[in-house]
Amino acid sequence: MMKVMLATAHAVSLLGLSGTVIKVESEISSSLPGFVLVGLPDASLSESKDRVRAAIQNSGLVMPNRRVTVNLSPASVRKHGSSFDLAIAVSVLAAAGTISAGSLSGWVHLGELGLDGSIRRVNGILPALLVAKKAGLLKAIVPIANLAEAQLVDGLEVVGAAQFFEVAKLHGVNLDQRKGFAEPNPEIQSEPRPAISISTDQGFLSMDMSDVIGQDEAIDALTVAAAGGHHVLMVGPPGAGKTMMAERLPSILPNLHLEAALETTAVLSISETRSIAADSLILRPPFEAPHHSASVSSLVGGGLGTPRPGVISMANNGVLFLDEAPEFQKPVLEALRQPLESGEVVIHRTGGAAKFPAKFQLVMAANPCPCGYGYDTGRNCRCSEQSRSKYLAKLSGPLLDRVDIRLSIRPASKLQLAEARIAKKAANTSNEIRGRVELARLRSANRLADTPWTMNAQVPGSYLRKHFPLSISSGEKLNRALLQGRISMRGYDRCLRLAWTICDLAGTETPSAIDVSKAIYLRGPENFIEKLGG
Amino acid sequence: MGQKQALGKYGEDLAAGFLKDRGYSVIDRNWRCSIGEIDLIAKYKNTLVFVEVKTRSGSGFGHPFEAITATKVLRMRRLSAQWVAEHDSQNFNLRLDAISVLIRSGKVAIEHIRQVY
Repeated sequence: MMKVMLATAHAVSLLGLSGTVIKVESEISSSLPGFVLVGLPDASLSESKDRVRAAIQNSGLVMPNRRVTVNLSPASVRKHGSSFDLAIAVSVLAAAGTISAGSLSGWVHLGELGLDGSIRRVNGILPALLVAKKAGLLKAIVPIANLAEAQLVDGLEVVGAAQFFEVAKLHGVNLDQRKGFAEPNPEIQSEPRPAISISTDQGFLSMDMSDVIGQDEAIDALTVAAAGGHHVLMVGPPGAGKTMMAERLPSILPNLHLEAALETTAVLSISETRSIAADSLILRPPFEAPHHSASVSSLVGGGLGTPRPGVISMANNGVLFLDEAPEFQKPVLEALRQPLESGEVVIHRTGGAAKFPAKFQLVMAANPCPCGYGYDTGRNCRCSEQSRSKYLAKLSGPLLDRVDIRLSIRPASKLQLAEARIAKKAANTSNEIRGRVELARLRSANRLADTPWTMNAQVPGSYLRKHFPLSISSGEKLNRALLQGRISMRGYDRCLRLAWTICDLAGTETPSAIDVSKAIYLRGPENFIEKLGG
Repeated sequence: MGQKQALGKYGEDLAAGFLKDRGYSVIDRNWRCSIGEIDLIAKYKNTLVFVEVKTRSGSGFGHPFEAITATKVLRMRRLSAQWVAEHDSQNFNLRLDAISVLIRSGKVAIEHIRQVY
């Protein structure tokens, strides 16, 4: 006589960008009314019980008046947040027989419930749906406020719902059964749009490389950086245009390809500080410029209990710009070394460990000394010898080693300014440069087609030396620089990568001797920092 | 007798009849001691059944079962133990049940839950 009252719905538990599909099992047993939620929920998820009960009742549906047990399986995975509400609610109703348990199969339900039965937006819809898709759940119900984001995932049938009764209706509940229920006021339904919206252009149209006057050499170097994905250090006095150029670097980077765009959007989707506006797959490389007072956990990632992405992950597939780099705390700078190497960062918190992508292009800007005028002869510098050496020593050897391009920037001379004014020589616009960068990237991607890499900066030197030997004259040139001590063995590999990027930009088969010279110049002398003292 | 008590008494009568119809024999009613009261005590084969009866007219304040809280169940356990001790009736299985009597516009709905922990 005991009817089995069991049902299962699906939701997703996220830890960082990866996640697990969670089975939300409900059982209704013949006992006194109660609601038990088991399966390692955190505090905010435990409160789900009360939201679900109220939402069901206020949607004109009946909460079973027996003991309801909800299990979130696998029970060993920690679960947090409010996005399980919807799955719990449909699971309970299916166990009660209000909706047929069969109609839940293949669906994943994500969303927070309000007491009035409204469905509210949650973070991380995009990565959660990617997890669901991988697990073979091809139909999803999401909050209407997250619908645009959810539709970025290819090959899923996505339904946006604003009210819980819409979901019940979709699963076959005859809503005429709802007794004396007024339709909810549409004004209450609509949610305010998130305050910060991210558009695809990120304002890069208003920032153009042609705004920069008299720094052709540096722009050239940044073009190489953009084409090969090389990290850059720019050292120069205040007002030379370091910041201006760095801000314009994204404008000469090509659009992200689909996979990278999804990854970048997914990180923003789980971060609590940004929200993704409608129709916004982020196609432009992001640009992040944290202030130099930033802490290690804000930069690398942190979070209380559950891991959260830091600025370097937000800059994934884009540019991380550290202005006044020596002003950053030393541990903050050193923390960048490991992600620079691996392109990802693993954050450990009590709630578990999460891996975030951190494939950013590092651009650092620095003054030559604390006062900023210690360039050329250093005549105008007011700093003591001690403070000068201390200042740039913040940029440690291991960090600088990972930076391929090290530029010393002079302020534009009067002559250059005059030339720029008189000649009205049309400076290269970002659009033109981006065209060249795109071509160069295509060439390098073709050359590296059989490798796991796509850009020259990612390729280890040993691989380049073995598989893409230089011509005899170019090789000579590099060997001579090595023998004369102008570059170190590691510098040799860096120059090799740069030479290939320069050659890709020029469109030639292999790097010429001139390309190699240019690479050695961009790499800068081995004792770059000491030399700056002048 | 107040209106509430009268409704409760009526509900208990209905519940007792409900149990008798299903082969139970009601052996005690409204048994009191210092810690409280057991509404019905019935015997079914080798099992002693202690029953809490909740009666409501209309479900404006929720289902009758929702009024049977965990503390109430805990008290019933202690009461049942006391009853067994006083009546020297060992060698029985013990069970706690709940019966809800819902009276709405002259119609009566009785629900019975066995084994409420």
